[in-house]
Amino acid sequence: MEMINLTIDNKPVVVPYGTTILKAASGIGIDIPTLCYMKLDDMNIENKPGGCRVCVVEVKGRRNLSPACCTEVTEGMEVETHTIRAVNARRTVVELILSDHPADCLICAKSGNCDLQDMAHHLGVRKIHYEGEKSMYREDTSPAIIREIDKCIMCRRCETMCNDVQTVGVLSAVNRGFHAVVAPAFEMNLDHSVCTYCGQCVAVCPTGALTEVDETGAVIRALSDPTKTVIVQTAPAVRAALGEEFGMEAGTLVTGKMVAALRRLGFNYVFDTDFAADLTIMEEGTELLTRLSAFIAGDKKVKLPILTSCCPAWVKFFEHSFPELKDIPSTARSPQQMFGSIAKTYFADKIEVKRENLVVVSIMPCVAKKYESSRPEFSVNGNPDVDFALTTRELARLIKLGNIDFKALPNEDFDQPLGESTGAAVIFGTTGGVIEAAVRTAYEIFTGKPLPRLDFEELRGMDGLRKATIDFNGTPIHIGIAHGLGNARKLLEEIQAGKSEFHAIEIMSCPGGCIGGGGQPYHHGDAEILKKRQRAIYSEDTNKTIRKSHENPYITKLYEEFLGAPNSEKSHHLLHTKYFDRS
Amino acid sequence: MPGIKLSEKTIGQIKTICSDFGNQGSELINVLHQVQGKLGYLPAEVQEVIAKELNISVAKVYGVVTFYSYFTMIPLGEFPISICMGTACYVRGSEQVLAEFKRQLKVEVGQSTPDGQFSLNCLRCVGACGLAPVVMVGEKVFGRVSPQMVKNIIADYKEGTAGEAKSA
Repeated sequence: MEMINLTIDNKPVVVPYGTTILKAASGIGIDIPTLCYMKLDDMNIENKPGGCRVCVVEVKGRRNLSPACCTEVTEGMEVETHTIRAVNARRTVVELILSDHPADCLICAKSGNCDLQDMAHHLGVRKIHYEGEKSMYREDTSPAIIREIDKCIMCRRCETMCNDVQTVGVLSAVNRGFHAVVAPAFEMNLDHSVCTYCGQCVAVCPTGALTEVDETGAVIRALSDPTKTVIVQTAPAVRAALGEEFGMEAGTLVTGKMVAALRRLGFNYVFDTDFAADLTIMEEGTELLTRLSAFIAGDKKVKLPILTSCCPAWVKFFEHSFPELKDIPSTARSPQQMFGSIAKTYFADKIEVKRENLVVVSIMPCVAKKYESSRPEFSVNGNPDVDFALTTRELARLIKLGNIDFKALPNEDFDQPLGESTGAAVIFGTTGGVIEAAVRTAYEIFTGKPLPRLDFEELRGMDGLRKATIDFNGTPIHIGIAHGLGNARKLLEEIQAGKSEFHAIEIMSCPGGCIGGGGQPYHHGDAEILKKRQRAIYSEDTNKTIRKSHENPYITKLYEEFLGAPNSEKSHHLLHTKYFDRS
Repeated sequence: MPGIKLSEKTIGQIKTICSDFGNQGSELINVLHQVQGKLGYLPAEVQEVIAKELNISVAKVYGVVTFYSYFTMIPLGEFPISICMGTACYVRGSEQVLAEFKRQLKVEVGQSTPDGQFSLNCLRCVGACGLAPVVMVGEKVFGRVSPQMVKNIIADYKEGTAGEAKSA
């Protein structure tokens, strides 16, 4: 590899050919401020349009300042990162961006988490010297995501996520010059587009231009209504990230504190989506085994691979882009929806509360869950199984609003019967987790033997596409895993071409799985945060006494008292769904 | 979306143009150029076909169509009027000429008259600066145009069409 010698701020540095000034500088501990630039290490995600010009530096011999994020180093280059000229230019750039920005920081949803606000603060901007026209663009509200394009700074991060990572292709820069905005084709609203609501655009937006629909107000109203019984479920990935909103180290598990906080907020019962994840394994695992056994027996009508169906953005993705494959995914509803369905039947009967008076709130790492809960097939006579789906961030807002000292809370336990879960359920929160949980149960049912081991390291990791073969006592089961819809697309195209070698495939839309969901605390481009959350999820699994879904005693009881057996007629009615051609 | 339905023939034409460029996404601008040359404009439905053929997102296609002022999503009039806004024409009063066209036709730049006869656009330098200010109607060039001449230019074409319509 050709190496390049240069100096940055008079420090000599040797880096491979093709390295950018930004990367070379960070390698020797020199931090150059960036705004539009984003890189998620080890995940193949990089956005460097060189558009904002905040990272400009002086290069000796060049007349103009150079953007560090997209200028490659050359032999003998002399770079100065913080000359008066560079710093002034940086501040001017930010002032110009602010001159066309609604300065409503006090009430902006992104306040405190905004990269632009941070940059203005960092550069000490106290006055905007440029007055001029301000962009006006209509607000676009969908079931999950709000676009306030007046706040867009054209960093193009959302475009990178939507096109390069997710290959959904809804967002693109359109129009020209002052009128340029990021928008769907023909500037239609998101809810008319093929948007999957994965929320990765929201996860990376540096400003308040893209945010989730905030339903905290509606939840507070429900909590204060004496005629309502309000219950809550929390998704696995939430407990591995919520602490970050309260200044705790990424990867801190806050399960017990989260339960305590929800109880203090006034929820009548604090339950766990993990319970429903165990239920999902029973339903999806049984479906897998039924299809697999028939396939092995030579039934030509059986379609394999079976695909997981927990992720609502993924479901919407294949409904739009691969409708001809809509018979392949498992018909099992997602854990969120299974929980809602069981809560409003089995549990409502148990506590003798009418469906209309039972409000189900879910706390999700996801913005697509808002859309999922609004799908008409998940409601009965207009009453949705899940009334409100809040993101991890929205829960943090509620806790702050309630003035609850989160860090000082004791650890409390979930309520029963919908709060008991196994280690298999909690790993639903990370890529590879759903299929590992399914393997733990399917193996024992298929072979009739106890698993020789519980940790399937071959299914874990952060590679976008992974495959492994698990030996089901002599029958090799080929498993594929994809996270990020771009990776999912590759596996789907293989299936379309009849080239897929897999029996089962797990797909999660967000990079990293739910731990990297669009509703999680903002990672601000630090992929390390996702890895720490993933480690937290696996440690929660290891610490559980029961680690196989079919051994959850409350699941056994639910089948005995109510559902009968997995994939029974009642299970099908309450826990399964069908998919639609949206192409 | 405005609901126009493309004929099989039109779709075939678009597909042929796309395949002439190897269905390469990188050839998008060339494809748009050719398709607009053939159809006169690039409505949403056409962009959707192109996106599918070139395997790129419709949003990207729309992004390029809206970036370049040459591309239009509005059908050109039977007589597309272009006023040169290049430096020479501009200093010799093309802005007043444009204003007079807008006033006479009651349309803005980039629009067509409701009867589809005229559309109004600006362009940059046609290389006839000696004749500034220059107006083009279709392929025909009018030189040293003054606002007073605008009414007659339009009238000539209006009468011309009336004649053609009779003979057709």
